[in-house]
This record gives sequence, C-alpha cells and structure tokens, in this order.
Amino acid sequence: MHETSSPLLTVDDLKTYFFNEDGVTRAVDGVSFHVRQGETLGVVGESGCGKSVTALSILRLIPSRIGRTVGGHIAFDGHDLLDLPESEMRDIRGNRIAMIFQEPMTSLNPVLTVGGQIAEAVQIHRRVSRKEAWARAREVLELVKIPDAARRLSDYPHQFSGGMRQRVMIAMALACDPKLLIADEPTTALDVTIQAQVLELMLELKEQTHASVILITHDLGVVAETCQRVIVMYAGRKVEEANVFDLFDRPAHPYTRGLLGSVARGKAGSRLQEIPGMVPSLREPIVGCAFAPRCPFADERCRSESPHLEAVAAATGDVHTAACFKSAEVMAA
Amino acid sequence: MADTTATSVQTATSSAPSGFWRFVRRNPTLVVGLVILIGMVFVALAAPFMAGDPLTMKPIDRLKPPSEQFWFGTDQLGRDVFARTLWGARISLVVGISVALLSVAIGLAIGLLAGVVRWIEAAVMRLLDGLMAIPSILLAIAMVSLFGASVGIVIIAIVIPEIPRVVRLVRSVVLATREQPYVEAAIAGGAPMWKILVRHILPPTIPPLIVQATYICASAILVEAALSFLGAGTPPEIPTWGNMIAADRIYLGRAPWCIFCPGIALALVVLAVNLVGDGLRDRLDPRIARRM
Repeated sequence: MHETSSPLLTVDDLKTYFFNEDGVTRAVDGVSFHVRQGETLGVVGESGCGKSVTALSILRLIPSRIGRTVGGHIAFDGHDLLDLPESEMRDIRGNRIAMIFQEPMTSLNPVLTVGGQIAEAVQIHRRVSRKEAWARAREVLELVKIPDAARRLSDYPHQFSGGMRQRVMIAMALACDPKLLIADEPTTALDVTIQAQVLELMLELKEQTHASVILITHDLGVVAETCQRVIVMYAGRKVEEANVFDLFDRPAHPYTRGLLGSVARGKAGSRLQEIPGMVPSLREPIVGCAFAPRCPFADERCRSESPHLEAVAAATGDVHTAACFKSAEVMAA
Repeated sequence: MADTTATSVQTATSSAPSGFWRFVRRNPTLVVGLVILIGMVFVALAAPFMAGDPLTMKPIDRLKPPSEQFWFGTDQLGRDVFARTLWGARISLVVGISVALLSVAIGLAIGLLAGVVRWIEAAVMRLLDGLMAIPSILLAIAMVSLFGASVGIVIIAIVIPEIPRVVRLVRSVVLATREQPYVEAAIAGGAPMWKILVRHILPPTIPPLIVQATYICASAILVEAALSFLGAGTPPEIPTWGNMIAADRIYLGRAPWCIFCPGIALALVVLAVNLVGDGLRDRLDPRIARRM
C-alpha cells in the first residue's frame, strides 16, 4: 500500500492536558498521525493511554472544565479544526465526522424512539422535513441490516439487544454520510459472536460509503481483521506506527511486542505473557522512555533520554516508525 | 352452553374489572384526592350560583346556628358562612395554583440554566441558598407592610422562598442527566445546546416537578390562610378562610360553625392536594410503580 491519496485528516503534535488541583495530566502529549481517504486506521493501547482523549480532541469534545487541547493542529478537509468557531465545529460533528461510542446500552435516550433519534440526527444537519428525515432513518436502519426496519423505527431502545443497539448507533452515525467515522471501542461491550457481526457490518458499510475510519480499540484481533494501518499509543504518545502486516510480523517497539504476546492464540497449555508493571502516572513529567520501567530491553540510555519516532526497515516498504532506541534488537528478537 | 355462560360471567365480575375500576383500585389515594379536589374547584367556580352574597350583613341574624336558610350558620355580622366558605375556596385555590405554577416555571428555567451554564450555576446557587433561609411568613409580612395587602403580593411573597427548592430539584435531575452517554452522543452528533436541553434534559425533570408542584400548592394554601389569620395577607374585606377564622375566633365557644366550616374546608383541600401528590408520585416514580 502506498501513499497515493492525500490525507483526509492530519493530526499534528496534538497535546491535550487535563488540569486539576493536583497538577497537570498530559493525557495526549504530542501525537501526530493522518488518515487517508477510505482508509481504516487502528489506534491501539491499553486503558488510559490517550486513545479516547485523542478521538474526543479531534471533535473538540473535551469538557473545558476538566481539560483542553493546548497545542497542535488538526487539519480536516482544508480546515484546522482547532481554530474553527464553535458553530462551524457543530456543523462538522455528526455531519462530516461522526462518532460511535463504546456503550450501545446507554448511548441512546431510553425514552425516545429509535426512529425519532435517528431522524433528529438527520434534521440537525439537513434541511429536510420530518417525513424525509424518518425516511432516511428507515433507509439507514435497513443499511445496518435491522430486520423489519420500517416497523422497528417506532420501537424504544430497550426493545433492542446490545448488538442491535450498536447497529442503531452505527446507523445514526452514517445518517449524514460522514467522511470520517471515529469508532471508540465499538465492540468492547458486545459478546464475541456479535462483535464479529458488527465489525463485518462496519467494514462493509465503509466500502459502500467510502468513508475513512479511525478504529480505537485495545483488541489486536479486531485490528488485524479490519485495519490497514495501526498506531500504537503508550502514556499519551505514539510509540509505533506501521502497516498492519509489518506491525504483526515484526513489531519494532517492545510495548507492541508485549501487546502481541498477551493475545491468546488458542494453543492449549501455553501461558499468556503479560507486560509487567503499570502504566506510568501522566501527572509527573516522564524522564527517558515512558515504557522503560516495564521494558525487558531497557538500558541506561532508555531511562535518561527520550526516544523519538524513527523509521525502521519495513518488510512491505510502507512507512514503519517506532520510538525506541532498541528497535533493531526488538525486531530481531 | 349454560355452564360456559355461568363461568364467563363469574370471571368477568371477580377477576377482570373494567379499566376504570382497576385504576381506582390501584390508585386509591390519587382518586380520592382528585375527587375532593375537583369537587372543591367546582364549588369555587360555581360559588355565585350556589350561594348568596358573602358580604351582605344581616345584624338581626348574627351568630345563627346552621339552618335551612343558612346551611353553615351566620357569623358575628350576620353574614352567610356557607357563601363565605365557598367564596373563600376561590382565594385558596387561586393562591395555591398560582404559587405552584409560578414557582415551578421560574425554578425550572433557573435550574436548567444553572445546570448547563457554569457561571450562572456558581452565582445563582449561592443566592438561592440565601433565599432559602428566609421564612416565607416573615417575608410575606414584610412585603405586605411595604407594598400593601393584596392577593398578588401574597402570591409573590410565597413564591420567592419556594423557588430555591424547585431549582435544587431541577438541578439534581439535570446534573444526573447531563452525564448520560446519550447526551454526550448528542453533542458529538452536532446537536446545538438548546436542542439537547429540550429533547434530553428537560423531559426527566417533569415528573418530579409535577409531584413537587402539588406539595408547593398545599403549603401555599396553608401559608395564605396563616397570613390572612395574622392579618398580614389578603385584605379583611375579601372572604378567605384565614380571615374568617381570625374574625370569629373569639366566638369559638358560642358559634363554633364560624370557625369549623372554613377550618374543615381548609383541611380538606390541603389533604386532597397532598393525596393527589402522593398518588402522582406513586404513578410517576418508575421504581415505586414497578412494584405495584
């Protein structure tokens, strides 16, 4: 895969900090990446590594009382999203960039009908009549393969199962034909068989609508199935970026290696490897590599000097970068 | 053939009452309260047609016990207590309902704003904490002595200390609702703030507010009566239950009907409003309703 189309979204040196009495938490600290037209980008990392905060920062949804984006640029379709006035930003949310949340059980208002909620999402961005909005709601419900869509429009969320509700959320996100879909752990709350169905549906719809997708997850299996390119985040920073084949075959960062090692591969009796230690506190400035205390490869240099992203040799010839002094060693191991 | 008819008749009478009666049986407090309240509203509205003039004095008939001519007897000035009780219901109900509506409307507006706009929240909540410390009777006495006695002033004086209670109730619901993922999802979908307020945040405040409004109504009726009794409320020439009890209280031994009639009416209305409130709470609170 080569860089043929220009990026739809470019995030450059994004910094989102949270402020409270105890000090500053650097939830996202200088993250850069881009998403091309029609591409699926995976963002992986464990809880609290800044995946969701990155997503919320793109849509400027970080509540101002707890934190804000203090630096960087987010270029989307010719706009810098961080400079747009709030009214224009509202026009982008749900319309050009849509978001799917983790919790299908609570992301729908329990006292409003499903059709009404989708129709409302349509009417926020399109000057259409109520009737046309409901027609569109029916269309997207059919698109996400909800059986008997016309009748289910007037059902309430509690009448849908978890997987069905996530389909409704996807339908709602697609209602305005967004160019970019940000899915924040869309399958985490679902059971495994349903996960596969929902993922398959998302991929299919992506092909149909030519939308780009940012898929945030901690599930590497999901990434392998759905993404073309992956960025790995650790402690608020991007530590590795690669084509999905390179990442799984020859991870260049010890953290990625650890993540891959902790996936169950179905070999009976083999013990799962865990990554020892804990995620560092983002409250104190980190000296050296953030992963060094948990890293089997770490030496003195790792503990004192902070590594920058550097290109490593990729088998597919695609861009493969990692922030590790020992990447050659890691790839060879 | 005869057997089947017999059984079907039996089941119809014993286990499947019609919808109306089932409602009555399941919500006895609500129904009893509503019946009394609707009756009171009816007599208050129909007072001019059902009773004579509440102001006509007949000194020759003063302090007469209840009779065919004067159903509830007469007071110290020979006025018809029945007519005065009916007319008094108008003031009580008007004050109760106006106070409930006004304080809920104002409190709802402030509560919604305070739940969404940060700086309003900080400023308003401190101010309202202060307001809550003022006893409504003292505020009313102060306002009546400043602006003169009238029903309007009494209503305003009772509304002011009720507002903080409503605001707190609304705010508690708003704070819980605005953290819901579906509100976050609506924001992420580009919905403007006013739309989120109207669609998602306002509706859950309504059921508790309806219940609260009935309690405010009952307490407003009592406060109005107390103010009239103290001579700090409705002007004495207007027949209200509080005024009637105040004027004739020295005749309690000789002419108890002058006091008991408005007193019982007052107790009945307040009881009815509270019963309706309890009944509505049972119906509207899903946690209690599910148990029934």
